[in-house]
This record gives sequence, C-alpha cells and structure tokens, in this order.
Amino acid sequence: MTAPSTAERMTRLLALVPYLQARPDGVRLSDAAGDFGVTEAQLRRDLDLLWVCGLPGHGPGDLIDLAFEGDRVRVTFTAGMVRPLRLSTDEAVALIVALRTLLELPGLAEGEAVSRALAKVSAAAGHPAEAAAPVVVSVDAREHSLALVRDGLERHRALHLHYYVPSRDERTERTVDPMRLLLVDGHWYLEAWCRNVEGTRLFRLDRIDDVTVLDEAAALPPEAHERDLDDGLYQPAAEAPLVRLRLARTARWVADYYPVEEQSEVADPPGGLAVTVRTSDLAWARRLVASLGGAATVDEPAELAAQVAGEARAALARYAD
Amino acid sequence: MAAKRAERLVNLVIALLGTRQYVSAAKIRATVPGYEPDDGSERADEAFKRMFERDKAELREIGVPLETGRTSAFDTEDGYRIARVDYELPEITLTGEEAAAVGLALRLWQSAQLAGAAQGALMKLRAAGVDVDQSRAIAIQPRLDAGEPAFEPCYSAARDRRVLTFDYRRPDADEASRRRVQPWGVVAWHGRWYLVGHDLDRAASRVFRLSRVTGTPKVSGPAGAFEPPADLDLAAVVAGHEAREEHLVVVRARPGTAIGLRRHAESLGPAEDGRGGFDDRLQVRTTEPWSLADELAAYGPDVLVEAPQRMREAVVERLTRLAAMGESA
Repeated sequence: MTAPSTAERMTRLLALVPYLQARPDGVRLSDAAGDFGVTEAQLRRDLDLLWVCGLPGHGPGDLIDLAFEGDRVRVTFTAGMVRPLRLSTDEAVALIVALRTLLELPGLAEGEAVSRALAKVSAAAGHPAEAAAPVVVSVDAREHSLALVRDGLERHRALHLHYYVPSRDERTERTVDPMRLLLVDGHWYLEAWCRNVEGTRLFRLDRIDDVTVLDEAAALPPEAHERDLDDGLYQPAAEAPLVRLRLARTARWVADYYPVEEQSEVADPPGGLAVTVRTSDLAWARRLVASLGGAATVDEPAELAAQVAGEARAALARYAD
Repeated sequence: MAAKRAERLVNLVIALLGTRQYVSAAKIRATVPGYEPDDGSERADEAFKRMFERDKAELREIGVPLETGRTSAFDTEDGYRIARVDYELPEITLTGEEAAAVGLALRLWQSAQLAGAAQGALMKLRAAGVDVDQSRAIAIQPRLDAGEPAFEPCYSAARDRRVLTFDYRRPDADEASRRRVQPWGVVAWHGRWYLVGHDLDRAASRVFRLSRVTGTPKVSGPAGAFEPPADLDLAAVVAGHEAREEHLVVVRARPGTAIGLRRHAESLGPAEDGRGGFDDRLQVRTTEPWSLADELAAYGPDVLVEAPQRMREAVVERLTRLAAMGESA
C-alpha cells in the first residue's frame, strides 16, 4: 500500500509536462500551482525534478526541456510525455457519478451542458455513460419548497417561512434573508439570515411547511456569514454547557453525527463510548436521549437524566391505565 | 516521497513509453538512471530486484498500464513496455459551460477516497488542455458526503468485485451477525447509504444500511470474483426495498403536542382520554418501524400507541429502559 502523497505526487509529475504542452504560450507559475493545488515552491521542485528526467541515454537532446521567462514557464521538449495518463477507475467514478448526480438536481447547472460533459467524459474514460458504476447517488429533488427558495435566492428576495423545529417540537414563523442552498448528506438546507433571532441559521427544506417569496428585497446585514461546513452542520457556542453521555454500542453513531468534544471507550456498557457534547439546548439533549430508547444514559447533568426518566415513567403510567 | 525515487519512476515511464519492444529488466537497469548498477555481486542484484518490484507496483497502483511480455521467441525472459494507446487519455475538449459543470461536479465529494480521485481527475483534464475554473462562487452547494465509515471498504470491494465480510446489526437484533456478500454497489438514496449485493449464506440479494455495519468490513478472495446482474439498477433495488413493507400505526396524541408526528400523520378525529378530556387519534405510515418507535418513545406521555400491539410493546420496552435511568442516577 503506497502512501497517498506518493501516488499524488506521481500523478502530478506525469501530468505536468502534458499540461505545459497543451499551453504552448506558457503558463504563469502561480496559475499552474493553483491548477495543481500546490504551493508555488512545490511546483518549482516538481519542475526542477522533471528537468533532469528524459529518454534513456540522457544526453542533452534526451532530457525534458523547460523555458522560464520571467514568471512564466513553457515546455520545449517533452521526451514523449504529450498526454496525461488515463483516468483511474476511482477518478472515472468520481467524475461520472458526480455528473449524473448533477443531472438529478434540476437548475443546479445547465442540464444540456451537464449531459454533454457526461458523454464526453465517459467517452474519454472508456466508460459508457449508461454503464453501471459501483456507486450510485439518488437525490430527492422533489422537495416542493425547493423551487420557491431558489426563486427567492435568485431574485434576492426575503422569504417568509413556516418552519418546524424538531428540538423543541414546535412550528415557528419567521422572515429570513436567503444566502445559499446546500445539499448535505442528501438533505437540502437553506442558509439564511433569520430576522427573528438576528443570526445566521440553517433551515432543512423538508422541515419547511410553507414558504412565501416576499416582494421585499433581501437585506443581509454585514454580520451574516456563511459557515464553514467542514466543521460540521452543528456548531454550538463555545460557552454552552456540557452534557456527558454514555453510549451503548448501538448508539455510537451519535459521536459521528454531532460535534463531540471528548470521547473515550468504556467497558460499561460493553463496547460503549463516553462522549461529551456541548449544547445550550437541553430540550434537544432530552429528545436525543429519549429517542435513543435507553441506548444512551446520562452521566451529567443529573437533571437531564431525571427529566428523561420522569417523562418515561409518566408515559408508562398511561400504558398501565 | 524521496525525490530520487520520483525521478527514477518518471524516467522509467518515459523509457517504457518510448519503445514498442518489450524491454528486459537488465536493460532497464542499465539505461534508466537511479537503479543499483550491476557490479556482479548478488547483493546488488537483490537490491535491484526489490527496487524494481516496488517501482512496478507503484506505477500499477497509480494506473500506469505496464505490460509484460516477449517481443520475439528468442527472448529468454519477460520484458516490459507501456502501450501509448492504453496509457494516454483520449482527446477531450469541453466548452466553457461543460467545463463549469465538471468543476461543480468534482466539488460534490467529501470522502477521502473519492475527493482525492476527483482531484486526480481534475489534474488530468487540465493536463489534457481543458480549463476548469473552480473559483466561481455558487449559491448552491451540493455535497454527497459519504460520511459512513463503511463507505470506502464497501465501495472498493464493489469496484474490485471481491467478496466482503462484515458484521451487521439489524435494528430488531441486539447482536450483530456476520454476513458474507458479493457487493454489487453502494447507493445513496434520500440521504442514506446502502450496500446492495448477493448474500452468500442466504443465497439471495440483500440491501444493507451502511450505518448498521459494525466494525471494518474485510475483503477476501481474488478480484473479479463475480459479475453483478446485467440489468442491475442499484437505485431501483434500494427504492424497492425501502418501499416494501409499510406499517400502519395508530396513536393518541394530546392536543397541541407531537407537532413533528402530525406533520406526516393523518388525523382520525378525537377520542376520549378516559379522564374527561380528548386526545387526537392519528394514523402514521412508516417503512422503518424501529425508528418510529424511537420517535414515539421520545414524545413521552404526550403520545400513546393504540395499535399494533408490536409497536405498543416496542415503545413500552424503550420507555422502561428510559425510566430505569433515573433510578441508577
């Protein structure tokens, strides 16, 4: 098994000469670095390395030759490296499956262009466009509110929402200024400035019960920032209180779904996991623990455990009637 | 990676691309810089062999089609070559719009394996002269995040057509059971990931939720060990599976409560609650009775299950466990 960085650098080294060959007028070094997703210093190291490679014999006329002019570089002898390597299976799958998915997401990119790109890429990959891939993505694009939200977003209009909040199990009404639409793990989200709470919020489209596009222009205040999704969808405030849970094996997925501050393996229950979650919303924590039906127990705070158990006893009393 | 090694590998590719003849290992050793020279010692021979084996494996891993064979009947050993037609990406030209679609598509992946592959594909398309601009800000940002730990092993096994063994916990079972499967493919369906394949022990096709796979799946046996059905439609298999059993559940909810449940329930009108008040009777359809039981239990005393008996029992079981939590605390 090769380290990913080895394969990555080799793929880049084999692509660099053809990349320059395809741009006979030369390329600015900073642009090439950007195209390959590396620093300019790394790109220079790669070019220096290629400069001493060439055909067997390694005489002056056998080596790859590059011409540097100011901040630009072009290739003057390729030593036969004129085309990039074919797409690997993973590369073809990543590209073809993603393009097919785009076809399922109406309005995201121009459908005709996606179809044509799919046909050309499939041909170049030697993979028929309609052939089975080992991974398939089927997106639910029928969300009825999607069209209205998109319309508001495109025309920069404020939206009025009837929105269901699962952590408090309540319907809310609010006016929002839309920022962008996201598709994360198969669910659509609207990121918007919520005028009622005066903050940026994510609204899951399948929890929007009703949406109206207002005549009013969207007015995003300067403090409306798109959040960086690499940190996850749930981003609790740093000062929010801590909840300590003990997850049975069947509830360990919780640690993957929510931002967990600490986690450690425990023997009780067997195969269990102790996790610490930060949340200012104890109602959310109560619903989470209750919905796990006993597969999670509460170490802290004690009042959370008491609330969950109290609710459960009250419910059992109804069944006993 | 050591620069020396990278240099040697690039030189090897150039040398083998530049010939139609099969080149013997001895000739490669003599003409490609960076290999241990032949000084007649066994130690040097051994070092060369090891190095050359690793280099071949490395090139094959990044997809270089390294061929083995003999040019003529007089050759005493196998040689190597890279056929240009198999190595080179065919011509591809994309319009600005098409390239933009490709740029957007390649942003969809999050899993390390496919996101890395997307980057590789992008690099090669650029090397083929396609200008893909990824700087354009877009108001819609789709992500196909394969956040399931089981995704990569299942995908790789389906790609390579190797038998996969894993532990799988059905929602109605406490213990996971071992499954041996010929994996046909991995499917994202409405935000959830599934593995579709032929279960070898049950001798039938099966659909598995990736989130219920416990531990790391393991592959065994050779690649290309089976062939998925010719007319296979993976998404349709999962859709059919998920639509198969629909359960009808009737509950009583206190007025003004269980808002989330009402959003996908049908009202059956009021019912006396036995205390002089009224509950709302609701009918809920579900294809996932266990997750509905979790949801119903979480409503606590606001919701009472009327029928079926199995759902009543499942909810009471959950509530009993939750009630016990207060005692030990």
